[in-house]
Amino acid sequence: MSLQVSELKVYYRTLKGEVRALDGMTFELGDGEILGLVGESGCGKSTLGKSLIRMDGRMRHVGGTVVLDDRELPIGDDRAMNDFRFREVSLIPQYAMSALNPTRKLRRMVTELLRSRGAEVDTAELERRMDQVGLPREVLDRYPIELSGGMKQRMVMVISTLLDPSLLIADEVTSALDVSTQKAVARALLGFRESGYIKSMIFVTHDIALTHHIADTIMVMYAGRLAEKAPADVIVKAPRHPYTKLLLDSLPEVGVRHADRRLEGIPGSPPSLLDPPAGCRFRARCPIAGDECAQDPPVAELAPDHHVACWKA
Amino acid sequence: MRRYFSRKLLIYGLTFFVAVTVNWLIPRFMPGDPVASMVARANVAQPEAVEAMRAYYNDLFGFDQPLWQQYVNFWGAMFQGDFGISIWLFPTPVSTVINGAVPYTLGLIIPSVLLSWVVGNRFGAYAARRKLLDNTVLPVGYVLTAMPYMWLAVLLAWALGVIAGLFPVAGGYSFSMRPNWSWTFALDLLHHWTLPFLSLFLVALGGWAIGMRNMIIYELESDYSNYLSALGAPARLIRRYAFRNAVLPQITGLALQLGVLVAGALVTEIVFAYPGLGSLILKAIQNQDFFLLQGTFLFIVLGVLIANFIIDIVYVVVDPRTRAGMAGAQA
Repeated sequence: MSLQVSELKVYYRTLKGEVRALDGMTFELGDGEILGLVGESGCGKSTLGKSLIRMDGRMRHVGGTVVLDDRELPIGDDRAMNDFRFREVSLIPQYAMSALNPTRKLRRMVTELLRSRGAEVDTAELERRMDQVGLPREVLDRYPIELSGGMKQRMVMVISTLLDPSLLIADEVTSALDVSTQKAVARALLGFRESGYIKSMIFVTHDIALTHHIADTIMVMYAGRLAEKAPADVIVKAPRHPYTKLLLDSLPEVGVRHADRRLEGIPGSPPSLLDPPAGCRFRARCPIAGDECAQDPPVAELAPDHHVACWKA
Repeated sequence: MRRYFSRKLLIYGLTFFVAVTVNWLIPRFMPGDPVASMVARANVAQPEAVEAMRAYYNDLFGFDQPLWQQYVNFWGAMFQGDFGISIWLFPTPVSTVINGAVPYTLGLIIPSVLLSWVVGNRFGAYAARRKLLDNTVLPVGYVLTAMPYMWLAVLLAWALGVIAGLFPVAGGYSFSMRPNWSWTFALDLLHHWTLPFLSLFLVALGGWAIGMRNMIIYELESDYSNYLSALGAPARLIRRYAFRNAVLPQITGLALQLGVLVAGALVTEIVFAYPGLGSLILKAIQNQDFFLLQGTFLFIVLGVLIANFIIDIVYVVVDPRTRAGMAGAQA
């Protein structure tokens, strides 16, 4: 197993109290596996991504462990995490368009960054990887402002994976891109795994359709907890958790004329994580909720590799 | 690139023209008649002699010509390097009077502007990441930057000059000395220079430190800083990038502040009776010396414009985004 996360709890400190953004997440990620992490805004998927590499100042590691390649990650200790960042865990951030220092030429920036981590730039290797994502070599002698959004994104992808990290976290990398660029990015990420630049990846997104194309496994989160985790095909074709079903139902389908059949959303909104209600957190919006849902549903492996947290599944 | 600089030069040329015209107008709108006061100074009683003197001076300074003719003559003479004859120090040429005062003013302005900028930036950047320093430096910085130059000058003269007796409070050098090339005189110059320098330096320092502190905090929260931290880059590298990027608005600030700083320096000179352009302007106004006033103003306008132009060039060199802007980009 490449990554083992158990009972991970990460809370945000706010003036009103603690927001339980991650409340006991447990999952595993195999070598070479791409995990698609989906869920609506505020479900904790970005928090999970951040927790694995760098927590921001308001986040607090409350409990649980993260083990990567048999070594425990000191995720609560910003300084100790530095040894793992970039080399073991790396990140393609949500803000890839603005992630590069605007006043440094890229070659110089990459050199300075690698040198600060005690590595030398292998120009041949760097250029090979740029070729792979379709970036011309002269990009290295330009400033970030001279690149298009898609080029900046690809440059960040190349930089983030230069030290061959074991785990790559791709946080909403396709959100700001148009569809054809999304496809290119997805293909480049798959190429990185094939070439062995990264071992495994967590792909955080809202876009279930795109995730289905590139992820081996999809994990659906709801209100800071795992709802369902299964191979990508199973999630899309045979979901067991009512939330996953409703989430898929709210996607437009090819060939369906929505003038005839209204596209349904999920009524209601997620509970506040400031003081979440006891029991299943989806209970208030769930069409099939019953009395047993007042108890916390455990995550059960209903079929091989198919984990569901629901009493009714 | 060429378009950028030719446009800049055009703007500077226009500014120069307007500023010089205003400088020419202002003394002529002042109440009073310089020739009358010169004649009065001569203490002549006979009416014929007074009339003759008046005619002579009016002819000498060109006051007998119509205003538009005077204006044209003024531009013509200026391009030949002729700024006229001082009325106050008649018959010394204005250029000689100004030449004597310029070293004092430049010696005061250049070190205080540059040093306060450099030190203020360093200090602000440093304060941005020390909570204790931030909580103490920031209020002090606000108090300093809100102070009028001359008021701080008066305070310093009173505290360090009158009460403590550490520094002289007036003049560019001791009255008992004559300017010469010797260590004693150089030390004496430095001694007199300290208080005016300090009052200019301290006021500007507060402003630069506050600006830099805010910019650094902004840069350290920016996306590229977060990305570098996520990749485990050491704080040293991130701070270096942040500092470099935060300095850019400070350079613009320097260009904007330059006029204010020069004006402050002139007033400070008057407080300390420092023999620079500021004291000269005061004397020129008191004596209705049109030509000296025009000359000093012209010199100040030129100085500020040249300094601004240098900053424009520096900015193009340090910020790649302005170069992109010249090619027509929006970013």
